[in-house]
Amino acid sequence: MLHLILFLFFGTICVAGAVNLLVQSHPINSALSLIVVMASLSAEYLLLGAEFVAAVQVLVYAGAIMVLFLITIMLLNAGKEERTKGSRVATMLGVPGVVIGTVLVAWTLLGRSSTTQSVSIGALWGAPKDIARLLFHDFLLPFEITSVLILIAIMGAVVLASKPEAAARGPRKDG
Amino acid sequence: MDIPLSYYLVLSGILFVCGVLGFLIKRNIITIFMSIELMLNGVNLSFVAFAAHWHALSGQVFVFFVMVVAAAEAAVGLAIIIAVYRTRETLNVDRVNLLKL
Repeated sequence: MLHLILFLFFGTICVAGAVNLLVQSHPINSALSLIVVMASLSAEYLLLGAEFVAAVQVLVYAGAIMVLFLITIMLLNAGKEERTKGSRVATMLGVPGVVIGTVLVAWTLLGRSSTTQSVSIGALWGAPKDIARLLFHDFLLPFEITSVLILIAIMGAVVLASKPEAAARGPRKDG
Repeated sequence: MDIPLSYYLVLSGILFVCGVLGFLIKRNIITIFMSIELMLNGVNLSFVAFAAHWHALSGQVFVFFVMVVAAAEAAVGLAIIIAVYRTRETLNVDRVNLLKL
């Protein structure tokens, strides 16, 4: 029973944060509500017994990626978003369509009676040791490939975000 | 007390749909980018839920790969946003509709 209450509590926070991301017009409010979504999702991961994923969710998503977003918002001094034409049709047709689609999917899913095994908090099912064995043994090649991907992403970010004239001028001579 | 798998899937579906909605109706390019992160988070939740359901730990490993790809995407995407802002001086996607300045 406690499990269900915790699931509903954090799920409600999660959905409220996601809806708040949509209705806020200032990007920094959207970013902060996205952090709320990620934190409550990590609590859901804990309920599922995936403790290491929950920790990484807080560290990587709420800690690293969202800080990147916040720094960009502050760097560009992004203000309130301005409403322009073109979004009206998407709002009028897209929102009811998306809601109908969600209700259909939820109705189909809830119609089936499949239950997860009861996983208690701290059952250490997704322990770091087991995940490390899987990650560094079975998934070693994808792991190495993602490291190359990260390296390419770093270089791409540096090249893209550097000033265009500095890139065109080449290595600077005056030291 | 068992929580049905479908509850988790419905929650992840709601998150994904919120991301799709934000992608459609938001005009600020940074908020659109955050909507993509929201969609990735919804997919991650269904990965973990299925991993718990089938007792397959590889579902959780896939979550790490999704996170790595999301981090790489955020770094490159935000760099592109900075480059776009530098040339157009706007963050509104409706004003970034010309290939040539």
